[in-house]
Amino acid sequence: MSLSATDVKKIAHLARLGIEDKDVAHYAQDLSGMLDLVAQMNALNTENVSAMAHPLEQHQRLRADVVSEVNLREQFQAIAPQVEAGLYLVPKVIE
Amino acid sequence: MHTKTITELAKSLRAKEFSSVELTHAYLDRIKQYSELNSFITVTEEQALTAANAADKALSLGNAPLLTGIPIAQKDIFCTYGVKTSCGSKMLDNFIAPYNATVVEKFNQAGAVMLGKLNMDEFAMGSSNETSFYGAVQNPWDINTVAGGSSGGSAAAVAARLAVAVTGTDTGGSIRQPAALCGITGLKPTYGRVSRYGMIAYASSLDQGGPMARNAEDAALLLQAMAGFDPKDSTSVDAPVPDYQESLTNSLAGLKIGLPKQFFSADLNPEIAKTLQAAIAEYQRLGAEVKEISMPMLEYAIPAYYVIASAECSANLSRYDGVRFGYRCDNPQDLTDLYTRSRGEAFGAEVKRRILMGTYALSAGYYDAYYLKAQKVRKLISDDFKRAFSEVDVIMGPVSPSTAFGIGEKIADPIEMYLADIYTIAINLAGLPALSIPAGFVNAMPVGLQIIGNYFDEARLLNVAHQYQQETDWHKQTPKGFE
Repeated sequence: MSLSATDVKKIAHLARLGIEDKDVAHYAQDLSGMLDLVAQMNALNTENVSAMAHPLEQHQRLRADVVSEVNLREQFQAIAPQVEAGLYLVPKVIE
Repeated sequence: MHTKTITELAKSLRAKEFSSVELTHAYLDRIKQYSELNSFITVTEEQALTAANAADKALSLGNAPLLTGIPIAQKDIFCTYGVKTSCGSKMLDNFIAPYNATVVEKFNQAGAVMLGKLNMDEFAMGSSNETSFYGAVQNPWDINTVAGGSSGGSAAAVAARLAVAVTGTDTGGSIRQPAALCGITGLKPTYGRVSRYGMIAYASSLDQGGPMARNAEDAALLLQAMAGFDPKDSTSVDAPVPDYQESLTNSLAGLKIGLPKQFFSADLNPEIAKTLQAAIAEYQRLGAEVKEISMPMLEYAIPAYYVIASAECSANLSRYDGVRFGYRCDNPQDLTDLYTRSRGEAFGAEVKRRILMGTYALSAGYYDAYYLKAQKVRKLISDDFKRAFSEVDVIMGPVSPSTAFGIGEKIADPIEMYLADIYTIAINLAGLPALSIPAGFVNAMPVGLQIIGNYFDEARLLNVAHQYQQETDWHKQTPKGFE
């Protein structure tokens, strides 16, 4: 299966991933190659096979509903790209 | 000092032949001397010496844990409090971890001294360490070849004697393949055996941390420190941790070894095949029985892996948005621009390829054809292993189809690079433990033997590896110039 440049741009937008125009054709070629590789799975009949969710067939463990997180606000703010008055600054959403 | 194993160092430290501070200085000097290998991203000299000082005090009081004062290093995927944790990416080049991974915490409690953080493929995506934002790692056996990946810095550091032992992580072969290419011992434990808390996620249903060391005995000591239930990791398994040292000396008489014919097909390099056959013959001399088995689903492991790993990677890496931590682009115009450019400017080509592939596979209308299909194929692969382990105790085979290839040789063709993982990927899909041990050389480059075990059978794997290492000296060879 092959993907077009338009497909790649659409997927990149879904992933909010910036890709330079000059690289789009290259990604289209690489992804088409990956999809060809992946298509080998279609040779297998999996009609009556159940999907594997966990290697050990374990179920999600539940924990008591109590606070376990410690407050690391100072450390988190220290590594943020931009903060002001204890708030994380981002560009305005509404023009 | 740098020629000793952990067991030997622990004895020397207790006999006061040298102190942990002296030992740490010796290793820090070697790291500086061989910095061109590029195996470290960050060297934590000051913290290492503080820890070594504390270790010397604890040793003088007696009753210190076995790893006290032993200089190790962490793959830069494990969060280390107050220390840069980059995951090999520009995205986290400015990230100082605000907490410790459980694995790091456990090594601290065991008294180990951390020398620094090791180079790796970006977000552990790669088989050659060439996707790292910090550049490729040189293989100490031939500096023009790759160290393997993604734990390339880890493997090169142990092979060059820049740390006595280290950690790695393995999503599709990232501990075993670099261990094989650099001639060291590396173990990928059962999924859930070692906590993933604070280990930066790539593909959560496949990722597993493990030890990389000079020999199986040292790997056993490391795994003892790393393994165990962790309530902070929801996929951690609550099963008792056996004493991995105790079983090392068990006899291999009657051990049943399975050899999948799919592993020894015409595709395997004949020189590597010959090396592995010699290793298997050694096991027969030790009393093991060999049986050919068939695992027809193995050939579907690579396609299933690149759907599952890419899908999980696209979900996990969506957290890097330039808002609260990590890289942010200059002058973002609006939120979409902030997300798109921050991610576009900070992720490398391989990470982008996998995010795109995963986003596509999970997008509306394609889920059943890709992710669901891959999870069903995964079940068939896992059933193949279940059948095999009803007949044999361990499975043996190659780790990598070739010895270390040249830096730059395969980077232009991602699909060719993916095919290099053909012997390791199925094990991650099934969640099984496996290790790689040095089994010889082809054209003076190390070859690894892969030994795969049943769930939670790490003790047996280490025993099987250790017994071979009592009879052979491949694991004792040191690359020229690093003696």
